[in-house]
Amino acid sequence: MAITKDTVKYVANLARIELTEKELSHFTGQLDRILDYVHKLKTLDVARLEPTSHVLEMKNIYREDKVKQSLPPSEVMKNAPAKEKDLFKVQKIV
Amino acid sequence: MRELNTLTAHELIALLNIGDISPIDICKGVLDAIKNKDAKLNALVHFDENKVFERVNALAKKDGTKALWGIPIFIKDNICVRDELTTCSSKILDGFCPPYNATVIDKLSQNGAVLMGKTNMDEFAFGSSTETSCYGTTRNPWDLERIPGGSSGGAAACVAADEAIFALGSDTGGSIRQPASLCGVVGLKPTYGRVSRYGLIAFASSLDQIGPVTKDVEDAALLLKVISGHDSMDSTSVNKPVPDYPSLIKRDVKALKIGIPRQYFIEGLDAEVKDSMREAIKRIEDMGCVCEDMDLPHTEFAVSVYYLVATAEASSNLARFDGVQYGLRSKQAKSFIDMYKKTRQIGFGDEAKRRIILGTFALSSGYYDAYYLRALKVRTLIKRDFEDAFKKFDAIITPTSPTPAFRIGEKTQDPLTMYLSDIFTISANLAGIPGVSVPCGFTRDNLPIGLQILGSPFDEETILRIAYNYEQNTDWHKKRPKI
Repeated sequence: MAITKDTVKYVANLARIELTEKELSHFTGQLDRILDYVHKLKTLDVARLEPTSHVLEMKNIYREDKVKQSLPPSEVMKNAPAKEKDLFKVQKIV
Repeated sequence: MRELNTLTAHELIALLNIGDISPIDICKGVLDAIKNKDAKLNALVHFDENKVFERVNALAKKDGTKALWGIPIFIKDNICVRDELTTCSSKILDGFCPPYNATVIDKLSQNGAVLMGKTNMDEFAFGSSTETSCYGTTRNPWDLERIPGGSSGGAAACVAADEAIFALGSDTGGSIRQPASLCGVVGLKPTYGRVSRYGLIAFASSLDQIGPVTKDVEDAALLLKVISGHDSMDSTSVNKPVPDYPSLIKRDVKALKIGIPRQYFIEGLDAEVKDSMREAIKRIEDMGCVCEDMDLPHTEFAVSVYYLVATAEASSNLARFDGVQYGLRSKQAKSFIDMYKKTRQIGFGDEAKRRIILGTFALSSGYYDAYYLRALKVRTLIKRDFEDAFKKFDAIITPTSPTPAFRIGEKTQDPLTMYLSDIFTISANLAGIPGVSVPCGFTRDNLPIGLQILGSPFDEETILRIAYNYEQNTDWHKKRPKI
């Protein structure tokens, strides 16, 4: 087993996704098979290799530190599931 | 005369230039085709006929700077269009209308193109069959019992069925090229950094590119020229001049050196696809190219690397869908954190959940080195394979997909089998190189087969030139499905 039900449960919580019991066992089996397949990467010696996180040969990109016009708050807020004035409204946090 | 909806953009532009037709004629032709066919195909997800007419009527006067003046275009549902539904075919973005345009949309509008609507896709582009869309599967116009490929399945199907002149898709692991191949149209994934990703809802930020889905290679060149170029809103877009692709692709291909990678002629490659490839290679040699067998030694690791890197990036990118700022919010939750979890439970489909969990796993403490970091290191090997190859070859030719379109439902129970259908397209995204799929034959069951041409970074010109010359020597691209 590359992955157990408990691990999937733990990871789903990290990812903030609630799973039903059925989804949990279904996904565990499928993820186990996928991880079993990707284990072929273990056959390669990667000790001396640099990781490639992106392909472009560029580092930081800077722009001038100038204030530009932003979208009006009414536009930004128009998709909010719940709002009050120009604020996103959610349940009590603390 | 052929009906306007069946023509290519460059053919329509020629007719508009001599004044034989008007943009409204083209739109009417396309709208008629949609009415006749889309109930069967389900290629379109957001589409409002009245808005289309408003846009045509509001078109600025024709002038020489507007390369696509009056030409209708469809957009994949993960590209932001201001005040228009943009939902990634996911319930979690239900009702979302972005307050801004993607850069490619601004470029299309500046060039006079007419936005038609949004095309169906796998949810968040997670899939190879368009079966994971919350709006239901798109059907392949060549056989309605089969998938159109994915994730840009809606785009490929509507172009193939002449419900559209052309469309924009996005390609993270083959999502433009594979559906183009399975629907018998042309699909181009540009070099990473060639086209701005600003306003493309991110799946895997180091792999995603927007690109054309078209009826022929000339249209792909035309559309690529319009959408390419540096954009200060995307720090990964590259500041290189944009060549005049439509004229450059018409030069000949004599003495170009083309590599045929042995690792792509593997077990599992459909016999008819293999035969078509052999025929296509002969044809390309007849055009004056020199084809030679060669190796891309780390090809067998590409799927593994991809499904760790892409899911890791996706798990991070999709964290923003939490019910706070836009889209769906669960009303059942008792606490704030519970609201996140329940919103994501009801908002995401199975494949999205699976990929977010896999990606989170690969990035989590204790597994990061063994999975994510190792995958990034093997990605270096895959990239090097191509760097070495392009020292010797001008382009590489492979099948686009190991099989023609499979049946609806055939691979939905087993995600790994579905992932393996991307086996020939994934490496190009990992290495950041451009690739184009062009029609190269049909199976005995009349299903299209596609040929993939890969090139070195920012050399779209060469692969399009080979594709154009090949197309001029064949007529696969002229065959259209009867629906």
